[in-house]
Amino acid sequence: MTGMVALYIFMLAAFTGYEVISRVPVILHTPLMSGSNFVHGIVLVGAMVALGSAHTPLEKIIGFIGVLLAAGNAVGGYVVTERMLEMFKSSGARGAGAKKGAH
Amino acid sequence: MFDEYRDLVIQASYFVTAALFILGLKRMSSPVTARSGITWAGAGMLVATAVTFAYPGMSNYEWIIPAILLGGGYAWWSGKRVAITDMPQMIALYNGMGGGAAAAIAAVELYRGEMDSYAASVLAVVGGIIGAVSFSGSAIAFGKLQGLIKRSVRFSGQQVLNLLLLVGALVVGGLVALHINSSPAVVTTFFVLALVLGLTMTLPIGGADMPVVISLYNALTGLAVGFEGFVLNNAAMIIAGTVVGSAGTLLTQLMARAMNRSLGNVLFSGFGDTGGAATGTVTGSMKPIEASDVGVMMAFAQKVIIVPGYGMAVAQAQHKIWELCQLLIDRGVTVKFAIHPVAGRMPGHMNVLLAEAGVPYDLISDLDEINAEFETADVALIIGANDVVNPVARTDKSSPIYGMPILNADKAKNVIVIKRGQGAGFSGIENALFYLDNTRMLYGDAQKAGAELIQAIKAVG
Repeated sequence: MTGMVALYIFMLAAFTGYEVISRVPVILHTPLMSGSNFVHGIVLVGAMVALGSAHTPLEKIIGFIGVLLAAGNAVGGYVVTERMLEMFKSSGARGAGAKKGAH
Repeated sequence: MFDEYRDLVIQASYFVTAALFILGLKRMSSPVTARSGITWAGAGMLVATAVTFAYPGMSNYEWIIPAILLGGGYAWWSGKRVAITDMPQMIALYNGMGGGAAAAIAAVELYRGEMDSYAASVLAVVGGIIGAVSFSGSAIAFGKLQGLIKRSVRFSGQQVLNLLLLVGALVVGGLVALHINSSPAVVTTFFVLALVLGLTMTLPIGGADMPVVISLYNALTGLAVGFEGFVLNNAAMIIAGTVVGSAGTLLTQLMARAMNRSLGNVLFSGFGDTGGAATGTVTGSMKPIEASDVGVMMAFAQKVIIVPGYGMAVAQAQHKIWELCQLLIDRGVTVKFAIHPVAGRMPGHMNVLLAEAGVPYDLISDLDEINAEFETADVALIIGANDVVNPVARTDKSSPIYGMPILNADKAKNVIVIKRGQGAGFSGIENALFYLDNTRMLYGDAQKAGAELIQAIKAVG
């Protein structure tokens, strides 16, 4: 991947992120922030590569911490987002939702 | 031959992952498809993680697998057991972990010092500083929301110190990035400066501004991940990181705008600093009321608007409140929920809690939709909300919240405020609403008050 191609990817991805979010209703702001928090958990892939190519003990220790933190970001981000979105019910399911919620 | 196929499979998998992330985020931005969105994104993450085990030149599996199990296991355990009300700080925590991971990637690459292009080393340094700031800053945000850090630490010359730290980190980072001096000692100094900057930047920011700050650090982590993606030549990281970076920046702006505060204002001025001067304009006294009277008032009302705030979240009162509303609806009362964009500790915080209690989302209205309706409401029931209904924001130019759009609860015929005590709100500003002639205070925890109100309405028969 040449520098220019990477730059194009960067620009297009930036516009994509802006467009995807721009019409989101307020009620989904927190779940969406949590969802995007999960998406940058992709840092796990980079941390694995960094640790996988580490040679010195120092590199290994930092790489280990990196993978540990990245896995926390990905897994925690998923669990929290899933729990939040689980609670969203359409108004069509109002009766069932109300009963289930009133425990 | 094998290597060629392997590379193709890895690259194709990253491509699929990037597509799944974008489609997942797209689905998450509509209530109807939101639940499937996270599943799509999750599938993408699984694919990317699985193929990375086969990445060319990978070793140290005996380190990688325990790290994934430990980090992932802890996050799974903590994410499953945390109360729904504590979600904001968990987002801060997991986000900080991502920032720390991005900084760790930068650190591995910089300590190794084998990057031949300036572009790679500059991006590693920039991603490293952003990631480190996001890491330590998110840790402080977590500590504040979790109640571990009670006070906002402020001292004179704080901005100057932050500026010096930033300049220092950039200069030292520049030495490393431009290969002038990239000895381990210099790299270490760079990361220490960046981590301290994250601490001193976040410590003075008050709890009321934390939603904006968490959102900002979320965007920053995304950006750091994108930059480290450039360094590692990893398209999935570049795309996912940049998408989150730009989406998070937009989300941060939306939140700051809802609070009528610029981002600079949030970061560089302590909230409530000037609050002391504004209290002189409030006159009158707070008038208490009994739950039984409120029950009668609501039972015979035409229309009741509920304004939930952080107090409802703290008391976990959402189920009780919905039970109360169902009683009222059964009596033919029109019930609506009015949600301020920054009610609670995050935008949408109240919506999540109400959704948990089973409130259908067509009863829930935004500020713009509901504000005209307060004039026709018989009762506005404020549950642990404060600054978002403070009419001072409309009238008092000296108030720090002046100009912030508020819910016009004061226009309702009767205003009932459920509140634990007589103290001021999170921003420390006295609330003029509480002293109005049509306002009555129902003191107590929102959960307890909700139960009393339910009894009172049942007693009306």
